[in-house]
Amino acid sequence: MKGISAVITRRIVFFISMMALLFALAAWNVGSGSIALSLKEIGGILTGEVREGAAYQILWNIRLPRIFAAIFLGGALATSGFLLQTFFGNPIAGPYVLGISSGAKLVVALTMIFFLSKGVHMQSYGMMAAAFVGSLLAMGFVLLVSLRVQKMSLLIVCGIMIGYICSAITDLIVTFADDSNIVNLHNWSMGSFSGMQWTNVKFMAWMVIITCVLTFCLSKPIGAYQMGEAYARNMGVNIRLLRILLILLSSLLSACVTAFAGPISFVGIAVPHLVKLMTKTAKPIILIPGCFLCGAAVTLFCDGIARTIFAPTEVSISSVTAVFLAPVVIIMMIRKKENRG
Amino acid sequence: MMEKKGLKTEGLNVGYGKKVVLSGVELEVRPGCVLTLIGPNGSGKSTILKTLTRQLNAMGGRVLLTGEEGDDWRDMSTMSGSEIARTLAMVMTERPTAELMTCREVVGTGRYPYLGALGILGKEDWQKVDEAMEMVSAAEVADKGFYEISDGQRQRVMLARAICQEPEILVLDEPTSYLDLRYKLDILGNIRRLARDKKISVIMSLHELDLAMKVSDEIACVDGEKISKMGTPEEIFTGGFVQELYQVPKESFHPLTGALYPHTEKLSPKVFVIGGAGSGIPTYYRLLREDVPFAAGILAENDLEWDAAKACASKVISVRAFEPMDEEALNQAKELIDECEAVHCPLTTFGPLNEANKVLRDYARQCGKLQ
Repeated sequence: MKGISAVITRRIVFFISMMALLFALAAWNVGSGSIALSLKEIGGILTGEVREGAAYQILWNIRLPRIFAAIFLGGALATSGFLLQTFFGNPIAGPYVLGISSGAKLVVALTMIFFLSKGVHMQSYGMMAAAFVGSLLAMGFVLLVSLRVQKMSLLIVCGIMIGYICSAITDLIVTFADDSNIVNLHNWSMGSFSGMQWTNVKFMAWMVIITCVLTFCLSKPIGAYQMGEAYARNMGVNIRLLRILLILLSSLLSACVTAFAGPISFVGIAVPHLVKLMTKTAKPIILIPGCFLCGAAVTLFCDGIARTIFAPTEVSISSVTAVFLAPVVIIMMIRKKENRG
Repeated sequence: MMEKKGLKTEGLNVGYGKKVVLSGVELEVRPGCVLTLIGPNGSGKSTILKTLTRQLNAMGGRVLLTGEEGDDWRDMSTMSGSEIARTLAMVMTERPTAELMTCREVVGTGRYPYLGALGILGKEDWQKVDEAMEMVSAAEVADKGFYEISDGQRQRVMLARAICQEPEILVLDEPTSYLDLRYKLDILGNIRRLARDKKISVIMSLHELDLAMKVSDEIACVDGEKISKMGTPEEIFTGGFVQELYQVPKESFHPLTGALYPHTEKLSPKVFVIGGAGSGIPTYYRLLREDVPFAAGILAENDLEWDAAKACASKVISVRAFEPMDEEALNQAKELIDECEAVHCPLTTFGPLNEANKVLRDYARQCGKLQ
């Protein structure tokens, strides 16, 4: 019984420290940037006493939406990564690796250019829809291949190839597009949280929260599915339905991220491993909220770095996530090999 | 209390993809009984078991289980997933993925069909988990990681997991493969106990025929096209039926002891072995390894090593069961010794029934052939 209480303590400590970390990172992000804000200014704005001025504009209209976007989208990325890793039974599956982000990018590029040629500026909902369609198309293609090949490593290779093809087509389109379009698309495809607006944040918050709550409700069958299909079926899980739900939920999450912030690499792969390492479990009931919190914290941290390290110039968020998280993935893989013997 | 019925198949066709492997499978296991499927590799044993556990779709016919209300047989295809999960548990050859799970947690997954929406185990569930682990003597590995323990322990844990599911029917695919002697006996002992104490209907496949004979109430022979024979072990393991099923020469397998003997060509013997009561068997095997054709004798047909001699030796001089060795056998043996280059006599005890062998030994010594 001593073992069990130690396990529970570990989990409680994990969740509390994650919350604290998230709060600390948010505070750091609020205060730092190309223009430093003092505590007094921040306090005044947050309590609603100050409602105008440059500081108010920076904090209320630039930094705060951006922080919330990083939290929601980061959480979505990590949760989506966990779902994909479970679905494919592969530790390096993730929206970026499986070509889902590239598929989304292609469709976003196509629709963006199509609308701009008609003189219509695309709204965030349109971007979102385009990215979602693109993610589903890419995912659908990966799924089709997965029906034919049993080996999951092949599937990853296939996803990477799909990613390359999509990128190639996107590049091709860009070559023949107007300069103004290219700038737009290029900004988007770099992956960035800059220029977030409250309306976007509101929309993504609803999307991500609803999807994540639904995912959490599926903890039980996902846990059974982790043991392998045969055992899950024996436990009474409706495998076909669960698979469809898993794909739908993870596509929704990654589509949401790609639509608003562009492709962001490595958060989806690395965070689930980090959370497993810290909580010493793979149970979805712990991992789903754990991944959300940890993904949010990691993304907030990386975004903070991205915008402050060479301020006022911003670095693309994927460069930061790659530098910090790719080594994590490598270390995890090596450790895992050792553990399995 | 509902009355358990076990499991029954009616005209079941099983196979992969669109290919039917076995057709017209009719099996029935009653509560408390163990039904074992035997047959060569690739004959379709696993295909049947995978169909029963719904990993493969039935390609015709029906699988019937007791319904939850227990009133009558129910077609499995009309039952819900969780209803089946509360009725039928399995231990398959493929191991589950159990990342970062302790053995106790793996066993706990057996409670799945009884849990609420979030799948959290209550106090009572954990108690059942511990009882199940106790029952298969796996309690000492409870807090260890599932990947840290031996194959034998893992199989115990998987069995505990199935017990925890409180099934009426237990399906096991080769539960003893990869296990050493001790774990083989242990697992099969547990299976028998489950059948007897909990009145579970057990259906499993086994490769070890001798074990199948000992633990099964009924045996079904699967030959790659159909169930070719079904019956009690006594019925199956008489005559040359099993040897036919596995397509091996009749003397290569001894149905009563379950012993296997390598098949040899019957060349003219170079060595004569005087054996009896099992004393000659090591010598037979040594000569076999060295590719030396040999003759054996004089053995009564009820001798412990008679089957081994029959299978391995080019020639065996024998007398009928429970009869003394007569003059005729002695003369035949002497003739063979004359033809052979050497004589081995691992036999050391002589009595009224095998006096002739003592005479033979002295004869060999006189000829200077005794090694």
